[in-house]
Amino acid sequence: MEEDGIILNEKQRRAQRSRSLALGIALAAFVVVVYVATWAKIGANILQRPM
Amino acid sequence: MAIAIAAAVPSMGTASEDQVTANGPQTAARKTGSTMSVAEDAVLPGHRPSEALASDYFALLKPRVMSLVVFTALVGLMLAPGHISPVIAFVAILAIAVGAGASGALNQWYDADIDAVMTRTRRRPIPSGLVAGEDALAFGLILSVFSVMILGLLVNWVAGALLAFTIFFYAVIYTMWLKRSTPQNIVIGGAAGAFPPVIGWAAVTGSVSLESVVLFLIIFLWTPPHFWSLALFKSDDYAAAGVPMMPNVAGAASTKRQILAYSLLVAPLGVLPAFLGTGGLAYLVISAGLGIGFVYHAFRVFRMAEDDRSMKPAKAMFRFSLIYLAGLFATLLTENIVARLAAAWSA
Repeated sequence: MEEDGIILNEKQRRAQRSRSLALGIALAAFVVVVYVATWAKIGANILQRPM
Repeated sequence: MAIAIAAAVPSMGTASEDQVTANGPQTAARKTGSTMSVAEDAVLPGHRPSEALASDYFALLKPRVMSLVVFTALVGLMLAPGHISPVIAFVAILAIAVGAGASGALNQWYDADIDAVMTRTRRRPIPSGLVAGEDALAFGLILSVFSVMILGLLVNWVAGALLAFTIFFYAVIYTMWLKRSTPQNIVIGGAAGAFPPVIGWAAVTGSVSLESVVLFLIIFLWTPPHFWSLALFKSDDYAAAGVPMMPNVAGAASTKRQILAYSLLVAPLGVLPAFLGTGGLAYLVISAGLGIGFVYHAFRVFRMAEDDRSMKPAKAMFRFSLIYLAGLFATLLTENIVARLAAAWSA
């Protein structure tokens, strides 16, 4: 059965995979940076806020 | 998450019209299709799926400029008095690097027409047709916002505001306005490249002080002789692109005089950190030696014959200018690291 929609050639598919991978890594790195930096900035003080 | 990313990516890169080749049966099939998916919608007539690799987007960030920005910002951060957590310091440098890269992407978006004409820049991602202009614009804007927000929220807002101003200054004041309108373009625009050590300093102290302003001035006054020595032997390139660089507008003789004048200003200024406490004795000796070398090369450019086609003194000046700035900042950094190690050792 023929595939619907846009059919990427090999070069386009490789390029898309490269961009997807980079974007995935960048987003994951962003999450890690924000998490670690928040932890470094606030640290144990997060438990000492007035309730 | 991976699926969402993959679905989003095809629309990230759409080729510009002048480099589009017919997409043949695929496009025809899409036009006759009864249903429209998101992926189909992303490929408009006259466009085709991008062949841009992640490395092409990385090239938009001007990695070589970014490395210089990281280096000078790191020096500002290390020299600043006060304490900063290593994690926060890393975040600050990362945000400054991404912000600098974002301004590079915005610059390449706006300057694609110029870049296409100049031999030095015609292989950049936009003029070569790999990345569409609007994608570079979106890329630059998103990274600008993220880098400023991260620096502001996780480090401090003085540093964040300085980074925002630097991006604005480079992308709008320099790229959109000065570059095409005045031969003083790189004199004023040089401020954008001079801000990183001030941002690094502000990341620690939350303020701007005389020491960081001197670091700013060193780069600011170094920029004209650095770029004009390049412009002297690349003047045909700039003329073809219609960029009013000093040699094309005021002539080679005037440019050489101004290179010498700026060199005479930057050489003594380069020594100043030794008297402000940011540099030590080693810095005093090295910066004085490099300063003499800088003026010497500027003088050789000044004496260069009008009919000198090889322009060896200008090329030597350009190369030495890179050694000069790197040498000053590397010495400051080395001295600082040695002092920190000595303090840790004796503690």
